[in-house]
Amino acid sequence: MVSQGTTTATPQADAAGVVERGRPGAGERIRDGLERSWRPVALLLACFAAWWAVSAFKLVEAYLVPSPGATLKLMGDKWGYIWHHTWVTTYETLIGFALAVLIGVLAAVLMVYSATVERTLYPILLFAQVIPKIAIAPLFVVWLGFGIGPKIVVAVLIAFFPVVISMVAGLKSVDPEMLQLSATMGASPLATFAKIRMPASLPHLFSGLKVAVTLAVTGAVVGEFVGANEGLGYVILQANGNLDTPMLFAGLLVMSAIGVVLFVIVEIAEQLLLPWHASRRGEAVTTTY
Amino acid sequence: MRIMSESATDPDATERETAVSLDGVAVRFRSRKRDVTALREVSLDVAMGEFVAIVGPSGCGKSTLLKLVAGLLKPSSGDVRLRGDKVAGPRHDIGYVFQRAALLEWRSARKNILLQAEMRKMPSAQARKRTAELIEMTGLTGFEDALPHELSGGMQQRVALCRALLHEPPVLLMDEPFGALDALTREQLNVEMNRIWRETGTTVLLVTHSIAEAAYLADRVVVMTDRPGTINEVIDIDLPAERDYAATMARPEFARVTNHVRGLLGAGASAD
Repeated sequence: MVSQGTTTATPQADAAGVVERGRPGAGERIRDGLERSWRPVALLLACFAAWWAVSAFKLVEAYLVPSPGATLKLMGDKWGYIWHHTWVTTYETLIGFALAVLIGVLAAVLMVYSATVERTLYPILLFAQVIPKIAIAPLFVVWLGFGIGPKIVVAVLIAFFPVVISMVAGLKSVDPEMLQLSATMGASPLATFAKIRMPASLPHLFSGLKVAVTLAVTGAVVGEFVGANEGLGYVILQANGNLDTPMLFAGLLVMSAIGVVLFVIVEIAEQLLLPWHASRRGEAVTTTY
Repeated sequence: MRIMSESATDPDATERETAVSLDGVAVRFRSRKRDVTALREVSLDVAMGEFVAIVGPSGCGKSTLLKLVAGLLKPSSGDVRLRGDKVAGPRHDIGYVFQRAALLEWRSARKNILLQAEMRKMPSAQARKRTAELIEMTGLTGFEDALPHELSGGMQQRVALCRALLHEPPVLLMDEPFGALDALTREQLNVEMNRIWRETGTTVLLVTHSIAEAAYLADRVVVMTDRPGTINEVIDIDLPAERDYAATMARPEFARVTNHVRGLLGAGASAD
């Protein structure tokens, strides 16, 4: 990547041999974007082509695997129905994710600042993580009914673990010399947390958030599976019962789309918040050879 | 077994105010398997405004010594005093520079320097003025808004130095500050350090592996023994405060001092 935008430099920086890279122009950015995205797009298209081939050449009966055309047509015909249930699942996912982040970050901070809390909380966290969510989901339905409650609980349970783990790792990753320096500056514990520990932990937190947000979708759907009259999990169960495979496929497609969109939103937030982080720097990507 | 260290008291120190005073200091670390003595019977007085360099083999407790003065570490026995007060807990009247710059990578050079002011709740106008002066003094002009990863190692260390000097500390503690830099950058920073020391008049305690660096910068060079570290010898460097680099290196007394220190540290042990 030699021609990365125009180069500009202050006289001093130039004298010192530092060349600042200017912002790439629009055309260049589009070309960059295409360069990066054509492979995954091509792979996705290949999958669709394979799907289309399987149904077009009748390799599998149509009631087992519907054609892409039939699936898309159904999505067009019944978009109101699908949209309603999509919104319900998204809503459950977002509330579950938000609570998972809140609880996860709080637990991580407490655990890092108190060894006693860490020793007390850790076994419980681990227990909550290893217990199969699908196995306890019916219990939440018994306790909380068929409403939104059990879905959120399952989403939180499934999503908060990566948040805690990544945030603890992040808070512990702080350079000990930085903390010693902070002590010599007479910084209050709150200032040290706000200005040093918290920002330093964000890159770790974000990798946890990306895992958590996709898991939250799974959690919400699992919650819907065990007892619901709304949401994509409900749609899929209904379609399965009626052998309505086009609707089943439509549900799966939309569900995946929710996960992807939420993942991308978290990633964009990361790029906006952490432009300084090594993983976000252009040169880290372009100097691999 | 008890070995008395050679007296390390500078005759001048009694006349001038004492900045740092160590009296019979020992540090023992307790690990699961055994006790490790890092320092034993260290006594040293550093006068206000003095530049003292500490050299010694790796692991002899040089860095431990600085941490004691900063109050980041408690001595197992003995007395540590900073400007007359017994050190108990982290001290705020010092500046600290580590071997790694330890900069916050999301803050620009200027904002990294200003961290010192924010944590101390210094008046912002005063802090900004002082930051500008320091940036000028250390040759960081033009790099104020650069993020640490955009700066060279030498530049990063200059930022760390500015941060340590922002609040005009009476005592500056430097723990192998130029150890990770290439030889040329190191020389350049040594020259700058000599000028900064003269301009600020601060007391400096510098831990280094480089005998030449120690002899070029310091009023006195403290040579330590292998672990458990104690003071082997304190050597006065009889050179004017303002030192031209090449001319100083070429002086016969400079060669004599560095050769003597090299001898104390064992044949070529830590010689640069």
